[in-house]
Amino acid sequence: MTYFPEEVVEHIFDFVGSHRDRNTVSTVCKAWYQVERLSRRTVFVGNCYAIRPERVMARFPGIKSLSVKGKPHFADFNLVPYDWGGFALPWIEAAARRCPGLEELRLKRMVVTDDGLELLARSFPNFKSLVLISCEGFSTDGLAAIATYCRGLRELDLQENEVEDHGCQWLSFFPDSCTSLVSLNFGCLKGEVNGGALERLVARCPNLRSLKLNRAVSVESLNKILARASHLVDLGTGSFAVDHRTDAYHTLMNSFPKFKSLRNLSGFWDASPCCLRAVYPVCTNLTVLNLSYAPAIQGDDLIKIICLCFKLQKLWVLDSIGDKGLAVVASTCKELQELRVFPCDIYGAGTTSVTEEGLLAVSSGCPKLNSLLYFCYQMTNAALITVAKNCPHFTRFRLCILDPGKPDPVTNQPLDEGFGAIVRSCKNLRRLSLSGLLTDQVFLYIGMYAEHLEMLSIAFAGDSDKGMIYVLNGCKNLRKLEIRDCPFGDIALLKNVAKYETMRSLWMSSCDITLGGCKALAAKMPRLNVEIINENEETDEFEENLSDLHKLEKIYVYRTVAGPRNDAPDFVWTL
Amino acid sequence: MSTTESAVSGLDYEETQLTLAPPGASRSELERKRGFSEGVDLSLETKDFLSGSSDEAPISGAGEPSAAKAQVVGWPPVRSFRRNVLKSCTYVKVAVDGTPYLRKVDLEAHAGYQQLLTALEEMFSCFTARNYPNETLVDPVNGTEYVPTYEDKDGDWMLIGDVPWKMFVASCKRLRLMKSSEAVDLAPRTPTGCITAR
Repeated sequence: MTYFPEEVVEHIFDFVGSHRDRNTVSTVCKAWYQVERLSRRTVFVGNCYAIRPERVMARFPGIKSLSVKGKPHFADFNLVPYDWGGFALPWIEAAARRCPGLEELRLKRMVVTDDGLELLARSFPNFKSLVLISCEGFSTDGLAAIATYCRGLRELDLQENEVEDHGCQWLSFFPDSCTSLVSLNFGCLKGEVNGGALERLVARCPNLRSLKLNRAVSVESLNKILARASHLVDLGTGSFAVDHRTDAYHTLMNSFPKFKSLRNLSGFWDASPCCLRAVYPVCTNLTVLNLSYAPAIQGDDLIKIICLCFKLQKLWVLDSIGDKGLAVVASTCKELQELRVFPCDIYGAGTTSVTEEGLLAVSSGCPKLNSLLYFCYQMTNAALITVAKNCPHFTRFRLCILDPGKPDPVTNQPLDEGFGAIVRSCKNLRRLSLSGLLTDQVFLYIGMYAEHLEMLSIAFAGDSDKGMIYVLNGCKNLRKLEIRDCPFGDIALLKNVAKYETMRSLWMSSCDITLGGCKALAAKMPRLNVEIINENEETDEFEENLSDLHKLEKIYVYRTVAGPRNDAPDFVWTL
Repeated sequence: MSTTESAVSGLDYEETQLTLAPPGASRSELERKRGFSEGVDLSLETKDFLSGSSDEAPISGAGEPSAAKAQVVGWPPVRSFRRNVLKSCTYVKVAVDGTPYLRKVDLEAHAGYQQLLTALEEMFSCFTARNYPNETLVDPVNGTEYVPTYEDKDGDWMLIGDVPWKMFVASCKRLRLMKSSEAVDLAPRTPTGCITAR
């Protein structure tokens, strides 16, 4: 193939889509490396500190789409201190300098500033799509800059970000000439938006297919918007709370039946049961339904909707659905692929909610189920074994038993056998989260059977270093390992150090790792950054007086070609 | 703790013992946790949470069962965004005598008793509220009068409207629309109820 002219090779590479394959192709020979790098249009950087942005832009000058992820996953649960890092600005700056053709930017768990957003908006004339997930550090001023300068913007998708509210006017900055929006999601914004500006924007964007409103958008406003956006496929409803005796309610009831193309529904921030009735006419076409932000809707009302949704593929609900509601899901939603059941009552005493019964019902009723996130108060081995038999197609299986370290309530045994059955049966399992009482045995099973496992999350589990060693020695495709509150120490950490270079990252907090262990790891593996996160006030003392036996609260280990990072705060020490 | 001891004392020790299990946890689980019990260390360190001090037995004995669940940082693993949205622990259940329906209402979403009553009316749309400040709700179909009552933190059932709104929000655990005929033995309302204060 090296005898073909470059244009032919490049054309062949057009058919090589996945990142992994393109990475492999680029290592064959220098010629292929060159062709590949110049023709690469999409780059995904899983850890923003694994490589310097300048190097990415220099290698791939023609990229149109860039995705970057910042903080470790456990930052979602407040385990990573506020200013740990993950800054987007260096990436935006490097792209602005070298890759002016950039059209799409997707950032997850990063710190984005208003300055960064303004630079982004001004630097890329063809910019089309901005997706920010679980980011922070910016305000509605930054959004105003995007609205102002991104001519031809197609997508602005803000998911679960912390955005400072500097007023409602940012939407008004979309010029009258902006008619290109296809997707607008501002569900995570806390403040009001200018209703008139929103309605006019929707009215002049004929290609708008996805619109997700925030809690501050009233039903009155929603009605006006829906009147102009009859081709919507994906709707986040806004507040969805209105008195049933008002005109607004009647308008709402009358407008939904017109939405023939609606497939995804979410929002429902303040929805009451009577307002929910408005969506019954569209339920039969829905493929995605997210009711997980609607705590006022109880099990019976959920059931009334779900029993109409027989084409549903993805369902997110609160555990107020109960086992009874899940039985209705099982008998109705035969196309269901993904189910997420979130806890309503985070610190609660576990009154109604879901148990292993609900999961069993869904596993037996929904043969296409492949992705699960399930918060519950108890689980049994017997149920997990049956679930494993019913659903061998799981690719993502995350079970969170709310009481840490809780055993099988029927047998009082650890849940090793149950999770063992899952990994044995689900040969394509890529992501797994464990909970409940677990010994080293479950890790033996995981190491033995979870061949395609890429991400493993462990909390309050295991008896000894052996547990972690089984995993590190076993799971060939492991990329991310995150562990909290487990009795794994230096022996486990150091048993298979080469493994970490095959992985993206390792997070360990509240385990038995010592400073000496980390020093040894850093010495053996120079191409890893071994970060110690120390939140104690006495940082000077930390650097000088701590013995190697000092136990470390949090460590984050990741492979990198960029060396130790230069933006680490005081409490982060890279060995 | 042997079962003979509890039999002799006549006190069901296991039931009164404070553990971290949710209410109604199985007996065997309680025994497992008891095996670790030593001392009264109220440390919230996550390791102690699991391996020791599971029986949080405050020396004063004044701890509420609900406080026995130590709050571990970052647990359960729910994103902050979602936690903040669902932070309304002020959602309380509303039951209506004689019906199987259960609803939930967010107390903090209302500025005072009048708004709450309007919301209840809206929720159980068969009712019409009758002249404040009597705060009764009437089912127009059969003329049954319902009185809104609530259970407070001490487990007592009270008539709505006796205490200042904010105090009510803080102490109300759940609401019940009780038939007027059954509400007779609740604590009598003080002459200066707070509902009229606007």
